[in-house]
Amino acid sequence: MNENVIEAAGLTKRYDAAIAVDGISFAVGRGEIFGLLGPNGAGKTTTILMMLGLTDISDGAVRVLGFDPQREPLAVKRRVGYLPDQVGFYDHLTARENLAYTARLLGFDPDERNALIDAALSRVRLTDVADKRVATFSRGMVQRLGLAEIVMKRAEIAILDEPTSGLDPQATEEFLDMIRALKSDNVTVLLSSHLLERVQRVCDRVALFQAGRIALIGSVAELARQVLGGGFAVDVEAAGDGLAERLAAVAGVSAVERPAPEHYRLLADRDVRPDAARAVVAAGGALRRLSVEEPSLDAIYTGFFQGQTAENEGARDAA
Amino acid sequence: MRREGSPWQGLGTVTIKELADHLSSARMRVLEWLVVLTAVAALYGAIQQIKDTTAEDPFVFLRLFTVARAPLPSFVSILGFLIPLMAIGLGFDAVNGEHNRRTLSRILSQPIYRDALLLGKFLAGLATLAISLVCLWLLVIGLGLLLLGVPPSGEEVARSLIFLLIALAYAGVWLAVAILFSILFRSPATAALASLGLWLFLALLWPMFAGAVAQVIAPPDLNYVLLGQPSPGTLAWQQGFERLSPTQLFAEAVIAVLSPMTRSLGMVFISQLEGAVMGQPLPLAQSLMLAWPQAVGLIAATILLFVIGYVAFQRQEVRA
Repeated sequence: MNENVIEAAGLTKRYDAAIAVDGISFAVGRGEIFGLLGPNGAGKTTTILMMLGLTDISDGAVRVLGFDPQREPLAVKRRVGYLPDQVGFYDHLTARENLAYTARLLGFDPDERNALIDAALSRVRLTDVADKRVATFSRGMVQRLGLAEIVMKRAEIAILDEPTSGLDPQATEEFLDMIRALKSDNVTVLLSSHLLERVQRVCDRVALFQAGRIALIGSVAELARQVLGGGFAVDVEAAGDGLAERLAAVAGVSAVERPAPEHYRLLADRDVRPDAARAVVAAGGALRRLSVEEPSLDAIYTGFFQGQTAENEGARDAA
Repeated sequence: MRREGSPWQGLGTVTIKELADHLSSARMRVLEWLVVLTAVAALYGAIQQIKDTTAEDPFVFLRLFTVARAPLPSFVSILGFLIPLMAIGLGFDAVNGEHNRRTLSRILSQPIYRDALLLGKFLAGLATLAISLVCLWLLVIGLGLLLLGVPPSGEEVARSLIFLLIALAYAGVWLAVAILFSILFRSPATAALASLGLWLFLALLWPMFAGAVAQVIAPPDLNYVLLGQPSPGTLAWQQGFERLSPTQLFAEAVIAVLSPMTRSLGMVFISQLEGAVMGQPLPLAQSLMLAWPQAVGLIAATILLFVIGYVAFQRQEVRA
């Protein structure tokens, strides 16, 4: 993760009057899963299109794998796989024919083409329907076919725009597994989504977008510390005397609540389960249950924007 | 800013894929049957007519294309009507169809420029039209051989091949119109309606408007009105306006090429005919010179319309 594959500095996109992306800067390391999160219209897709050279950059610069997408879009697009929001394929062609068309556009040899297509289709578990027309596919299958295209392309960076929108929970889970599998091949994954809850589990780091700017950037745990001042809630169920004081003394714990007798809720800036367990046992208490709630992006997001919402509304009205 | 890499990369792949799509589409089959059936009907009429009035016409074969027998129009005028229909049918959803199927951004994220996609679509449409026209041409020649029993002369074959090229240029104009509208309008239905509307306007209404507008610009000269003749000033304007329509250009070029007796496509004063041997056919090169401006006009219109579409497409946002 030492090498940055995407570097954006002051990236800006202006339409006639409106600013879609307002001077954002970020860097993504090789092999990372990086989440671009935020509500619809916050500038995520525009940022992606600028990275692919599919829309002009108004100001600032971005380098993808060392290439400038404005000047060398073909070099960028050969190495980067893009799965657009609600991706579509040619309905009258089969899955295999659709991938074959892409493979020809990529200039692959006819010999290696078939092997690559077969491998990619089996990777996303579409081998059974490889020769069925795409018109018969469900949304989840189309989405997986889009991922197969990226696998076939042997992309170094996979950019997925809202890959799980419109999928049922099971299909979403399968899809997120496939994204993790990409990471294990050392593919850098850029994931955009407005569904914070779902993607937070796969992302190494996230950038929270708000009205064309990156409001927050970092790993979920970092953001939780930064915004919520801690974000882990550890539930302890134990019997014993004076446990509340003992638990409050554990390093990293900021508060202890007592929702029920023999039930303590610790608010901490990290996962303090081992220390809490030690504290209970050392006090001679009987430990019955120990669980942790990880900080949720939703909480971070709401927490961060609560103070800013009014201000942003005012700014938007002025623009 | 200069971009690196060839704008033609992927052009062949796009063209072949689009061509395969066209040739296997149900839409194409419907259009071809429409063309073949009407053309056969017109040819049958023409052959009957020729059989009834056989004289020592050195270009009897070319008459297959131009002779009409009521109530059917001639083969050429049917083509003049159906070629735009075919071309619009092939092009009206070229770009907005990709938008609506949400394939555009996926295809453009492959290592090709937009140039290749647009030009590939245009060339595939043109190739499809060329294949259909060549088939029709072979059908006409074959039927002519069978039913007339006269082999065409070398010059007749040459003239009919030139006619084929002019027809292709005419098809190119309408294909470029259809693709332009498919770029400008997001809905294929709107694009189809706009293209068909423009075609009907230029083919049916424009000739009438041209006459009316010409009379406003250059009111008829009283001397000519008294003689019962159209005045040259008005006529020149009228012809100028009419030639803004590709339908008119196609009709004029075809007459010049397929009817060797044609000496002029505009008005001719009696004095200009002094010394002319009336009824004698012009040599091929002279007929070609006569049709040249019209042919160039058609090709120029194709290029111009394509370029407008190209610029619009380059500036368009790809996001759906």
